[in-house]
Amino acid sequence: MNALKKVSNVSNKFAKQWAEFVIKRKWYVFIATILLAMGLGSQGNMEFDGDYHVFFSKSNPELEAFDALQEKYTKDDNVILVLSPSNKNVFTKENLTAIEELTSEAWNTPYSSRVDALTNFQHTSAVGDDLYVDDLSYESSLKSESDILEIKEKALKEPLLVNRILNESGSVTAINITVRLPGKDSAKEIPEVTAYVRNMVEDFKVRYPNFEVHSSGLVPLNTAFFEASMRDLMLTMIMLIIVIITTFILTRNIYSTIATFIVVMFSIMSAIGFVGLMGIKLTPPSSVFPTMILTLAVADSIHILITMLQKMRKDGLSKTDALIESMRLNFMPVFITSLTTVIGFLTMNFGDVPPFWDLGNITAFGMTMAFIYSTTALPALMAILPVKSKVKRNKAEVIKNNWYSTLGEFVVKQPRRLTIISIVIIGGLTFLATKNTFNDEFINYFDQSVEFRTDTDYISDNLTGIYNIEYSIGSGESGGINNPEYLKNLNAFEDWLNEQPEVVHVNAFSEVARRVNRSMHGDNEQYYRVPDNREEAAQYLLLYELSLPFGLDLNNQINVDKSETRVTVTIENVSSAEMITFAKKGETWLKSNTPEPMHAIGVSPTLMFSKLGFRQADSMFKGNIVALILISLVLMLALRNFKLGLLSIIPNVTPVLVGFGIWALYKAQINTGMVIVFGMTLGIIVDDTVHFMSKFLRARRELGYDAKQAVIYAFETVGKALVTTTLVLIAGFAILSTSSFALNSYMARITVIIIISALLIDFILLPSLLILTSKKDSLLKAKN
Amino acid sequence: MKKLIITTIVLSFIGLLNAQTPEERGLEIAKAAEEADLGFNSSTVELKMTLKNKNGQTSERSLTTKTLELTEDGDKSLIVFNSPKDVKGTSTLTFTHKIGSDDQWLYLPSIKRVKRISSNNKSGPFVGSEFAYEDLSSQEVEKYTYKFLEENGSILVVEQDPIDPKSGYTRRIVSYNKDKGYRIEKVEFYDRKNALLKTLSYSGYKLYKGKFWRAAVFNMVNHQSNKETRLEFSNYNFDVNLSDDDFTQVALKRSGN
Repeated sequence: MNALKKVSNVSNKFAKQWAEFVIKRKWYVFIATILLAMGLGSQGNMEFDGDYHVFFSKSNPELEAFDALQEKYTKDDNVILVLSPSNKNVFTKENLTAIEELTSEAWNTPYSSRVDALTNFQHTSAVGDDLYVDDLSYESSLKSESDILEIKEKALKEPLLVNRILNESGSVTAINITVRLPGKDSAKEIPEVTAYVRNMVEDFKVRYPNFEVHSSGLVPLNTAFFEASMRDLMLTMIMLIIVIITTFILTRNIYSTIATFIVVMFSIMSAIGFVGLMGIKLTPPSSVFPTMILTLAVADSIHILITMLQKMRKDGLSKTDALIESMRLNFMPVFITSLTTVIGFLTMNFGDVPPFWDLGNITAFGMTMAFIYSTTALPALMAILPVKSKVKRNKAEVIKNNWYSTLGEFVVKQPRRLTIISIVIIGGLTFLATKNTFNDEFINYFDQSVEFRTDTDYISDNLTGIYNIEYSIGSGESGGINNPEYLKNLNAFEDWLNEQPEVVHVNAFSEVARRVNRSMHGDNEQYYRVPDNREEAAQYLLLYELSLPFGLDLNNQINVDKSETRVTVTIENVSSAEMITFAKKGETWLKSNTPEPMHAIGVSPTLMFSKLGFRQADSMFKGNIVALILISLVLMLALRNFKLGLLSIIPNVTPVLVGFGIWALYKAQINTGMVIVFGMTLGIIVDDTVHFMSKFLRARRELGYDAKQAVIYAFETVGKALVTTTLVLIAGFAILSTSSFALNSYMARITVIIIISALLIDFILLPSLLILTSKKDSLLKAKN
Repeated sequence: MKKLIITTIVLSFIGLLNAQTPEERGLEIAKAAEEADLGFNSSTVELKMTLKNKNGQTSERSLTTKTLELTEDGDKSLIVFNSPKDVKGTSTLTFTHKIGSDDQWLYLPSIKRVKRISSNNKSGPFVGSEFAYEDLSSQEVEKYTYKFLEENGSILVVEQDPIDPKSGYTRRIVSYNKDKGYRIEKVEFYDRKNALLKTLSYSGYKLYKGKFWRAAVFNMVNHQSNKETRLEFSNYNFDVNLSDDDFTQVALKRSGN
């Protein structure tokens, strides 16, 4: 104990000397911190990356499989434009002309490689003995009534169009623009495509006001990510205003407010510098870092300032003495709480989702800098600024103190009963917490205020699905896709897929084979089946391919060696778990019904997102354990007590269980963003425990109080501080919870619940446990 | 040689008078190139086509091409597939036309029938390769409008804009070598949105019969998909003396066997 006490004395001495140094050299220190913040800030560079690929680490097996498939065929990012004419009939001369016009403009989209529309659909037919492949509606403005009727009939019978490009009643149609992004700088390429498409659609709406246009697809998804990042970055301004107001209310001093503002601004500038130095591109999860840093950093300043002002107002100390005393008292707690927060955020690196690595690292850096500025720039500034304060007794404070002691007395009276009630409630909520299920439907990442979400919902309701799964089905030999055995099996797979209730559309090569076979036999419906003879199939395919125009070839469906084909299944909006089950079902069907080369795994961006939450949870598990162990160790050292360190695990872990239990009652669906909250909130809520326990211990050790008195002392001394920091944290995360992006808003909402639970647990369960465990101690002592 | 002297004289006059527009000069170069290749009558050549995707996976086809030179209209050609096995014997017959769409037929040995290919679409890829049919067909002067761009030593660079509205390109930038019988060294293809799509480079040129330059390798690189197709020509024969009778539907059927 003595040795440890020495450590404590050493740290007290260090803090005091530090404060004295800072005050003596206030101008040097302040200018040095300005230079540091400016220097780091000048390296700042905020770039955004909206590419959905950023959510997947390089080693993500689903991403690898999907990239491999795209390299085998073509890399397809798309924009789907859905056109709804007001007369509810696509098939009029005016409407077809409009669609044809927009289609030809769509070819000018930057990086476009292919445009699929109703009008340029390659319709095959037999003309005499010849195969005729042509646009379904070319030069529509010259068509007669009967031509248009014929086009309508053909279109509504076409399996490749219905539920993909055209709805069943022919009232809504789509233009699908495939773009091949070079992927060199997605921060530039995606906005380029979006800007072009938005302009094109605006012009189209002016010329054809009778059309409603909705857009979705992977490029608009990327744009929505991009715009979510920027919107969430804007939340910083609101948080900044809240910080200023809160600081002013709590300190009632304009200079303290200015000093706090400068400290948090320095911290954010430094973090921005870190972003630039590390070359991090901001994504929706990482773009909330300024709000996070503001929320967490302001607490450091507030602790130091409140103590200083109290010492001046209540104890009548001079400004310098009050400052030194405040630094002496707060240096260690601020250091420890900063350390635990940094540890909590750094554990995000254990996860498998890169944007959260960035969030963790940027915030950890920002918090480290916030600690440095709070212990240098802040005291230096307070020494420079003409802070004056009259000695006064604040009556309201006395009353408030009474309120906290009343709460303390209430707890002290019935520790056993409160412990039991708490355990029952926590147990029940923990059980409920297991009822949460993962759901990472990327459409639902955006709330109804985002156009991407509402447009996508419209498309899902009126035309086709946005979710898909792709299988690359091999034949095992070069040219083997023309093998009748392969074609029959592929056809059976296509049929099986079409029978599944969640399937909206299937695009398989067997459909091409059937269609060409029919046209080669004079459009005889009996030949609407895959060819029986390999040479026939191969030569028909050759003929068909020779007949296709620019950009509408089969390279997106057949590999160069003609040994594999791509099956694309469009699915209704289903949950992540259903999506994974469906993909597995398809894989199992292939395994039990086809020869080995045809066995394939389902891949797609949808599926990648579906598995993201599970993957993140698995990888974060280890990180959370590490965080718990490290933070508990820090607590044991800080409190200089092994037993209390162990005991602290209870109030530190249970708030998360309670949080997820309440969440199960609220939404019951959790996403990837929420997986990180354990480590993150642990670093934050541990502050409450540290402050409460350290005051409890001080009362026991230094003042010689018994456990009950010590608990009341702790309530009186830190009750208010804990409530105020909790309020600041709630304000910060409440602002984040207004984000339109669910990875951020859900994470913020559950964090608010966890922070409130943590305070309640620290006020009810923790003191009860402290009393109950101390009783044993005293009994033991009595026996001895 | 006489042609060269004339051209040189003409070119020096341009400098003095500045009377020729870039359009006129472009057309003149295209005509000169056509003229330089006049008189080969007919030829046959073996051709190996290698398709390569981004990952370097390859796939091969081998073909035999016969060409008959016509002056009043475009050339006629007949291409026979020797491999892959599944399409062995399949052959195409093409009548290029100076004005209007080309005529094209395909013979399918599996059903022993000749089918006419819808001629509106000729901008699509030829058998899955990076070559469009329009890149391989006979280059008739009348199919483009021209604009001379620049001269680099012996290289004349001309922009060619296709007349056919269904072409996959907005323009092609063609480099002619005026010292080597106006042979083409390189073609850059710009797609409908006027972005560079492909580059075709010719290499291993050889002079046949003292007049006709023929490249041994055509290498087409697609800059957008990073796929490549290489054509290797061998066994050029200019002494086959083919006639119109070798380019009929009957001949097409026969050629496959």
